Amino acid sequence: MNPAPTNDNPFAGDNSGIQQRETAARWALRVGSYIVVLITLAIMLHIFVKGAPVVFQAKWPFVNTQFLTELPATLHVIEDQQGNHIETDVNGADAVKKKLGEDFRAEKTISYSGGGILGPIVGTALLVVVSVGVALFLGVACAIYLSEYAKHGKFLEMVRLAILNLAGVPSVVFGLFGLGAFVLTAPTFVDVPAERSVFSIPLGFTTLSFEGWDTCVLSGGFTLAFVILPVIITASEQCLQAVPQGFRETSMALGATRWQTIRYSVLPFATPGILTSSILGIARAAGETAPIMFTAALAFKDKLPWQKDLPPLPADASIFAHWEQSVSRFLGIFTESVQALPYHIYTLAAKIPQNEYAERAQYGSVFVFLVLVASLAASSVLLRKRLRAKYRW
Amino acid sequence: MAADTPAPTAAEPLIQVEKFNYAYGDNQVLFDVDLNMHSEDVMALIGPSGCGKSTLLRSINRINDLVDSARVVSGKIKIDGIDLYAPNVDVISLRRNVGMVFQKYNPFPRSIFENAVYGLRVAGIKDRHDLEEAAERSLRSAALWDEVKDRLHEVATGLSGGQQQRLCIARAIALQPRILLMDEPCAALDPIATARIEELIHQLRGQYTFVIVTHNMEQAKRIADRTAFFYKGRLIEEDDTMNIFNHPRDPQTEAYITGRLT
Repeated sequence: MNPAPTNDNPFAGDNSGIQQRETAARWALRVGSYIVVLITLAIMLHIFVKGAPVVFQAKWPFVNTQFLTELPATLHVIEDQQGNHIETDVNGADAVKKKLGEDFRAEKTISYSGGGILGPIVGTALLVVVSVGVALFLGVACAIYLSEYAKHGKFLEMVRLAILNLAGVPSVVFGLFGLGAFVLTAPTFVDVPAERSVFSIPLGFTTLSFEGWDTCVLSGGFTLAFVILPVIITASEQCLQAVPQGFRETSMALGATRWQTIRYSVLPFATPGILTSSILGIARAAGETAPIMFTAALAFKDKLPWQKDLPPLPADASIFAHWEQSVSRFLGIFTESVQALPYHIYTLAAKIPQNEYAERAQYGSVFVFLVLVASLAASSVLLRKRLRAKYRW
Repeated sequence: MAADTPAPTAAEPLIQVEKFNYAYGDNQVLFDVDLNMHSEDVMALIGPSGCGKSTLLRSINRINDLVDSARVVSGKIKIDGIDLYAPNVDVISLRRNVGMVFQKYNPFPRSIFENAVYGLRVAGIKDRHDLEEAAERSLRSAALWDEVKDRLHEVATGLSGGQQQRLCIARAIALQPRILLMDEPCAALDPIATARIEELIHQLRGQYTFVIVTHNMEQAKRIADRTAFFYKGRLIEEDDTMNIFNHPRDPQTEAYITGRLT
């Protein structure tokens, strides 16, 4: 405690309890903020230090292209008598052993840790495309209805409560829901309904059978769409509400219908925000593991979704047949199960014996994953900036 | 009461407000308003904040329908004898005939041209030539053409406040409505811009029927043929503007115009 001020400055602090509490509160809050920043930095640094060496290399082209362009494979590590480790794949293992001859000491195999992670990257990309497409359509439609059409009242409160609850549902619950709804019972057109079909409606030329879509991109994408739906609805609604009410009144006063008003004078000004929120939704969808575990993802798959064995066309096949096969190959992408980054990381970290090689694959995958998500977030910020500059009021 | 005042002209009034009661939810804001407005007149609605004058104005083109809880309790507003709140009235065509200018100038953040032709575009007019012609006509009417003719395709929010408000007027008259509603059109403008808007109203007088809500009594004196004074949701007095300001009959009107009632 300071002694009472000797000069007669009436504004001199007396260092009372009030002032001390003020200082203490400010420092407590400041320290809390610093801790948050430190933790974020620690995570980033940890992933960077451990993951960057896997993805980048000292030699040209400085990026480990194998890691980014190959499918995961089993890694064979062969040790010679001098204790050197030679890494190779299943095909190279015999050749290496033969070359070493007497020098050969031991061989280790590590599942999934060799090759690259192209399969998971492609799978995650496909899941994101489907889920964001579905969620944007449903979410923006719902947000527009809630914000522009629905009247305040019981119903609106109920819908909002439902959205809030949807946001609170644990993601594994979505996973099980997706398994039941999309994998096992979603409607599909087939010639002959499967045994397990819940029920089927014959339509003459085909049958609408509720037998599910099986484990595939479509099932996983729809499940993920419901995970990110609340995010997209809430954010889109906020963006719509941020458009000045005056625009709506003016537009309607000039004889526009509600839909014209929304189309010309509300949506264009809300789009930047909606896109930003949907890109954040992408990051969320890409990162979820539980919803795709039962609906889309495999621990391992040795083919990309478009590498399918279709019957070869006869030599004189018409251009139409070629076209048809291309289309079915394209659509087939979405009915294939895939590998996905978060599930791949889970497999590497929890399903195989841990050693330096598995760890290398883990951190490499996590690093790539983080870079992908971070660049999505960054692009959303850029996009918002550009659109904001275009539509200012 | 205004209802007792005999109409100064023999002609049928253009807008007739009859025993009009209006509420937001349970909160009634207009009580038994009876008011006639004649074709080509400039009618000023004055009164303290919350007296219901804006609500009445916004009921004439039914823009208040956008407010969730707003409802007509009883009574009618008629234009040419047609009840605006009858079920067979299409609000879209009503609003094409009854233009509106708001207090806060709010052009869309689009080009000046697109603002001017917005009403025509949503009405389905696509022909470029027609649109350009209408844009020029309405911008000339709003005394804005000379200032913007070289930058029609620049964004409208780059204009000055007064220009933006005149653009809003141009936008409203592009549809060639019969009635123009103005909700405190100069409240957000500086005195020079205000003077230009008032001048514009003088120029347009006779082409449109104006209903103007204003807080500025000097403005009402300058521009209005007739003035209606509202207080606490009731129409207190309606008369020739000069009579209202020089010989108010109701003590409340007198208190308001002399600044003793707020």
